[in-house]
Amino acid sequence: MRLVSRREALTLATGIAAVAFATVDQSSATPSDAAAEITKFTGGVAPEPSKISIELPEIAENGNSIPLSIDIDHPMTPENFVTDVLVVADNNPAPRVAAFRFTRLTGRAEVATRIRLAGTQTIFVVAKTNDGKFFAAQKQVKVTIGGCGG
Amino acid sequence: MAEKPRIKLPKEAKKGDVIQIKTLLAHNMESGQRRDQSGKVVPRKIINRFTCAFNGSPVLACDLEPAVAANPYIQFSAKVEESGVFTFTWTDDDNVVISAQGSIAVI
Repeated sequence: MRLVSRREALTLATGIAAVAFATVDQSSATPSDAAAEITKFTGGVAPEPSKISIELPEIAENGNSIPLSIDIDHPMTPENFVTDVLVVADNNPAPRVAAFRFTRLTGRAEVATRIRLAGTQTIFVVAKTNDGKFFAAQKQVKVTIGGCGG
Repeated sequence: MAEKPRIKLPKEAKKGDVIQIKTLLAHNMESGQRRDQSGKVVPRKIINRFTCAFNGSPVLACDLEPAVAANPYIQFSAKVEESGVFTFTWTDDDNVVISAQGSIAVI
């Protein structure tokens, strides 16, 4: 359930863009761009829900540096392991955020980094395992312009 | 641009342990979305790839986009079965590579 309408989200995104970084390309990514990026990754295979824990603040004061932590509840054994993780955003200038390639030497299916978000939006995380299965999860982040409430 | 990357990794571990590695590189990660004072677009210049290998075998590879925050921080884990050296590389849009190493003693 979206708590912010698309119109509000776009207004917020434009406001933040003016303050933080003026967008060159007027069109921002849309949820369908994010979905297309995910389909490219899965080849159309439907991801199974959950198994992925996404740590993101519910409200981010600073859209320029938001901590993101991903933890996938899946073994990392030589026979059965997560091979790829894709992170996609649905209201950034471009949908792709990062892609991670794990190996048998990656002890746990987890990774953390910091990301930039142009405005309130949903982050999607899709994981692929060595036996061709996909898992997906998503989380919404509200991005404020320093001081304004969500 | 070449500031030394910061690596945090344990000096030693037991065979079979899963250790946590934290990496940080000072870098603007210029997204290509900003305009300068005169209104001109500041061109994109980011680190687009980060890799980690242990004794030559890949542990992690990351493709980074402009949506990764400046001063890219990447934290991940590795399973160690033997002593050796971790090699980290950061590659930017001009294919300039910054690398760093860290060794670990495994008992």
